[in-house]
Amino acid sequence: MVRIAAGAWRKPVVSAVMVPRRGARLHAFFLAATVPLFLGAALSDYAYTSTFEVQWSNFASWLLAGGLVFGGGAIVFALVGLAGLDHRRALRRVGFLLLLAMWGLGLIDAFVHARDAWATMPTGFLLSTVVVVLSVAATWVGFSEFGARPAP
Amino acid sequence: MKRALIVATTLALGACGGNDPDAAQYGPDPSLPDRQSRLLPSMEIANPTQWGAQRPSVPAGYTITPIATGLAIPRQTLILPDGDILVAEGRGGGESKLRPKDFVATYIKAKGTSPVKGGNRLTLLRDADGDGKYELRTVFADGLNAPYGLALVGGHLYVADQDALLRFDYRDGQTRESGPPVKLTDLPSAINHHWTKSLAASADGRLLYVGIGSNSNITERGMAAEVDRAMVWEVDATTGAHRPYATGLRNPTSLAIQPGTQRLWAVVNERDELGPNLVPDYLTAVREGGFYGWPYSYWGQHVDPRVKPENPKQVAAALRPDYSLGSHVAALGVAFSMPSMGPRFADGVFVGEHGSWNRHDPVGYKVVFVPFRDGRPAGPPVDFVSGFRGSDGLTRGRPVGVSVDPRGALIVADDLSNTIWRVVPAR
Repeated sequence: MVRIAAGAWRKPVVSAVMVPRRGARLHAFFLAATVPLFLGAALSDYAYTSTFEVQWSNFASWLLAGGLVFGGGAIVFALVGLAGLDHRRALRRVGFLLLLAMWGLGLIDAFVHARDAWATMPTGFLLSTVVVVLSVAATWVGFSEFGARPAP
Repeated sequence: MKRALIVATTLALGACGGNDPDAAQYGPDPSLPDRQSRLLPSMEIANPTQWGAQRPSVPAGYTITPIATGLAIPRQTLILPDGDILVAEGRGGGESKLRPKDFVATYIKAKGTSPVKGGNRLTLLRDADGDGKYELRTVFADGLNAPYGLALVGGHLYVADQDALLRFDYRDGQTRESGPPVKLTDLPSAINHHWTKSLAASADGRLLYVGIGSNSNITERGMAAEVDRAMVWEVDATTGAHRPYATGLRNPTSLAIQPGTQRLWAVVNERDELGPNLVPDYLTAVREGGFYGWPYSYWGQHVDPRVKPENPKQVAAALRPDYSLGSHVAALGVAFSMPSMGPRFADGVFVGEHGSWNRHDPVGYKVVFVPFRDGRPAGPPVDFVSGFRGSDGLTRGRPVGVSVDPRGALIVADDLSNTIWRVVPAR
């Protein structure tokens, strides 16, 4: 929703996003949730590679599944956001692409983690690391608009 | 974004490709292709249907009839001295699901099996007048826990439940247990990923051999879960004392003593997820003290890189099995033949193959005969009972245990149609 200051209707709309979009809280929640989940997966993978204790790999599998669920929610919101026609469109597109890459690689990572024992490695750890970086980037970009304050 | 999608889709679809030619993988020296590690495993789950008027196919000069139907998951059978047949019925396992994959795999695999609840009992079948019809069918013992392996030594009937080795008293003609069984020893049962406990008695009856499967495909439940698993125990029939007889046998699903040599033989199910033509299930004489590779290596000293930490010392000691039955056929029964089975099938073993699931082109789903000469396998396997999976792609039965009746009959347990089949030479 875009609110235009009184008397400013003739000027181009600049820094006019005053209130969060509808559903922004849920969007932010989904987006933020991907970071600790994918980070947990990457850390669990690291623990498996350093201990050979296979339970870490099981943890990573579930954390990845969780990251994909919340990441899926974030993608839906990001897709809706693409329809907006304001100056943030380019940024939203970047955020959306980051999310999509995160989710796609996350899914492949989940399949890799469905392999048995050490067959998940080293691909699984590598993918988990890339995915967590992408989720941080997507969250960083996505959050840039949640912080917008009303213009004075 | 489109490219990412296409990549993901291609990877997923590529994994479903159906091109896995059946390598001629029989005998003592099978060709072993390179290991594959796909994103999604190839699968072809049995699509069950009823037999109707159809019957499994047998060689010319033989006939097949169902002698008992409507059983509750029949697995192994035992021919008693008076010709009665004991059938062990049950379904064990029930390990907890650890990963998202376990939920998916359990759901998919269940589609290819019978929905019937396991009977946890022994059923006795009797053909008193020798006309080939088993007119008496009665419960010999119930309240068991997934019974599987059966052996008779003199007046003692041994039954391997999924968690214990039991002993019943038995005399000829008996149709019902005379009292509750005595527990000879507990058997390893934590998790019980491979739950079946196969059983054979030594020729002199003093020792029992119990086949105990691994607790995972390839150690994905951790090494601690594999203590006392993937091995054959030798158990003293009177005291219940046990020791490992041979190790590294991933899932020794059926054991048999060879007439004459009195050596122990086993069929063993090997590991999955290395490709459609790895790793061959096998038939082997079991060497005392022998190590057969699992989990560190397969078919002798081919290292399996999925197992960490590695154990080169164990790999160096790994024995090659005697005879490859082909990858993923799922051999679940083995029995030595007798001259009463007819001249073509007099010397060798029958092997019940439950049939594959993790392979695009299904294999197994039949009973094969492996011919022997001079006490060793000689020549490729011959189909003896086939047609469990029809050319229409539907599966009507899945063979498990096989027993040879000295009077001249092969008894086959089918745990999909819950039937006992009897194959006899036409007289």
